Amino acid sequence: MGTIAKDTHHDHEHKPTGLKRWFFSTNHKDIGTLYLIFALTMFFVGGAMAMVIRAELFQPGLQFVDPQFYNSMVTIHALVMIFGAVMPAGVGLANWMIPLMIGAPDMALPRMNNMSFWILPFAFALLLSTIFMQGGGPAGGWTMYPPLVLQTGDAFPFLIFAVHLLGISSIMGAINIIATVFNMRAPEMSLMQMPLFVWTWVITSFLLIASIPVLAGAVTMLLTDKYFATSFFSAAGGGDPVLFQHIFWFFGHPEVYILALPAFGIVSSIIPTFSRKPLFGYASMVYATASIAILSFFVWAHHMFTVGLPIKGELFFMYATMLIAVPTGVKVFNWMATMWKGSMTFETPMLFAVGFVILFTIGGFSGLMLGITPVDFQYHDTYFVVAHFHYVLLTGAVFALMAAVYYWLPKWTGHMYDERLGKIHFWLSTITANILFFPQHFLGLAGMPRRIPDYNIQFADFNMMSSIGGFAYGVTQLLFVYIVIKCALGGKKAKAVSWEGAKGLEWTVPSPAPFHTFETPPKIKKGMLENG
Amino acid sequence: MASQEVYYIPDGSKWPIIATLSLFTSFIGGAVWLNGGDVGKIILFIGLAAVIYMFYGWFRDVITESIAGKYSKQVDVSFRMGMGWFILSEVMFFAAFFGALYYAREFSLPWLSGEGQGGHNGTHEFLWPAFQAAWPMNVIPDPSKYTQYTSVIPAFGVPALNTALLLSSGVTVTLAHWALQKNNRKQLCLWLVTTVLLGFIFVGFQAYEYIHAHQALDLTMNGGIYGSTFYMLTGFHGFHVTMGAIMLAVILYRSIKGHFSKKDHFAFEAVAWYWHFVDVVWLGLFIFVYWI
Repeated sequence: MGTIAKDTHHDHEHKPTGLKRWFFSTNHKDIGTLYLIFALTMFFVGGAMAMVIRAELFQPGLQFVDPQFYNSMVTIHALVMIFGAVMPAGVGLANWMIPLMIGAPDMALPRMNNMSFWILPFAFALLLSTIFMQGGGPAGGWTMYPPLVLQTGDAFPFLIFAVHLLGISSIMGAINIIATVFNMRAPEMSLMQMPLFVWTWVITSFLLIASIPVLAGAVTMLLTDKYFATSFFSAAGGGDPVLFQHIFWFFGHPEVYILALPAFGIVSSIIPTFSRKPLFGYASMVYATASIAILSFFVWAHHMFTVGLPIKGELFFMYATMLIAVPTGVKVFNWMATMWKGSMTFETPMLFAVGFVILFTIGGFSGLMLGITPVDFQYHDTYFVVAHFHYVLLTGAVFALMAAVYYWLPKWTGHMYDERLGKIHFWLSTITANILFFPQHFLGLAGMPRRIPDYNIQFADFNMMSSIGGFAYGVTQLLFVYIVIKCALGGKKAKAVSWEGAKGLEWTVPSPAPFHTFETPPKIKKGMLENG
Repeated sequence: MASQEVYYIPDGSKWPIIATLSLFTSFIGGAVWLNGGDVGKIILFIGLAAVIYMFYGWFRDVITESIAGKYSKQVDVSFRMGMGWFILSEVMFFAAFFGALYYAREFSLPWLSGEGQGGHNGTHEFLWPAFQAAWPMNVIPDPSKYTQYTSVIPAFGVPALNTALLLSSGVTVTLAHWALQKNNRKQLCLWLVTTVLLGFIFVGFQAYEYIHAHQALDLTMNGGIYGSTFYMLTGFHGFHVTMGAIMLAVILYRSIKGHFSKKDHFAFEAVAWYWHFVDVVWLGLFIFVYWI
């Protein structure tokens, strides 16, 4: 024990400096910061691609890019936003906050943690380099359906290997989170005392470990179909292109919850703070999260209603999909009940959290519509789908991530951000995101297909509206960068408990959080935690 | 051994970034090679050499730290959880290929023979009306694209022998574990040698089977859905057995050097878990790929 105590002490005195600090890091806060900066960078890379898409769709006809390049923008925008922005932002928050929330000194496997992060920039170097290759970037959509995706040029193996690398990173990150929560938690904290953010991340990690390897298998079969003459997805050899869709969506639907569950956790942390009330129905929130996760493995074919499934399959997947509305409804009602009769204030994190509840629910309802088989026959592959998943992922997941950044920035930097600018950022984001995505519902219902660079003249007005909203939303996010940098450099000193109603172990350490925290497990006193 | 009163946090390490760079190099090499660039081969081999160097170096550091007594009970538990969940992720990787196998047998082949869709199956009626599903001796719907094989590997030949080998190796690795727990080093090494040998003999038989399938039966990856699932499943499994056998060989080397104590031998256990996992996957293969 002597050696260990000395070692920890040794670490404490010598905070590594220079490149070593970042490349060799075993510190959850530094790695969390790397993740968050990377995610924000990718948010702008993917955002720039969205701007290309919206510029092309500003008017009917082909104006700026050729259809092949347009399709590669659609494809890479999705991959970048999912695997480069939202997932790393979530893992970054998990890195920073889970050890602080459960009273652990660091992640359970700190070196593997470092590798999980550093794989990401290299994986995206592989993926983004494809844009400049012979035959252009992958343009068959992020879902990589064969046989279309097999027509990809030189980019193809780079796409597949980038997905493999991202998968390795995600699985290692998930294993680390599970080991951290179950092995490093302060001995006095029971599982049912953990903040909901920690719970949602544990459950997300299970989803990652169970679903990402299936994606790896699916893309490996694509690779062998193209280069080694296998016929998994070729009817001419006894396989079936639809098989790929089954395997892909067996991963793909849990993936949706991998993006959404951490957002639920964030909102469940923020709403009680600014309502100055404990979270309503804590246990039901935990069980609802677990139910959503389990159900997510039995609904995959609702993405494939129009491929010609047997009628029994269509019915099963429709009803299973409807079931997910129950635990999701439990969550939404619990958030509302938490706010009910609370002494609420609306600082920026709370604004984003409330915005999340309302706008995510819109995305949830359009999801229910899409889950009804006969109705989906009308909506499938239209802009209605695009509107639906952007409500869920942008005004849902991204809004929650923004809320989290504003909520914990004081803890990270030791300064309060500029509240006035934060509120402006929220209102501009909300207004522009709705101008951007709400008209797309109407476009889809009227029949405008997705992933096509041109459209019928009848769709012109709503598309122009949507594009204007898109450009405005993009510009608004520059304000976010300014606010974050301003806060990192200075501002009003943040107290240890940065928000009046905030509870939880992360608020018991000073702001900014020192390089090493909880070198010995904290004692938990009554009233210190949100629940218990 | 420390209690939970003080936590252990490892120092910074160069190995994670080396691991990342070597994986990145390997994948670039592989991609360039697949695109027809011969330089890709060289890049791939440099990358793979770096991967091997990384594994050597990373584990050497961890072993040195472990022997120096730096790791607490808590670190041990983290390692255990890490290995356990890693194996689950491997199970799910194989699940994708088993899923493809079941789907092909239960859905795509019957549909190609005209079942389903109320008896009006367009693919069957218009593309390959003569096609009738059979397993494993399947006629390829479009023989101009894929090679028709003449026969498949029967279950109760080499595969049954391999099943016996692998199941026995599961027993011998457990006997080695019991010997270690009784601190009987001689028996430990003996049973480990047996396990490693059984593992490599399995791989040898598998290689023989592949050569036989290619040369005598015309059964290749190009052999339609049977060839695809056969080689994908047995290939990835064979790769895992090879890795497992190499890991066992490392454990054997360390046992001979006198590493591991009665109580403290997680590396041994991790490799044993992995070996059992490979074993269980093989049973699935034997039943569903070779037998029924």
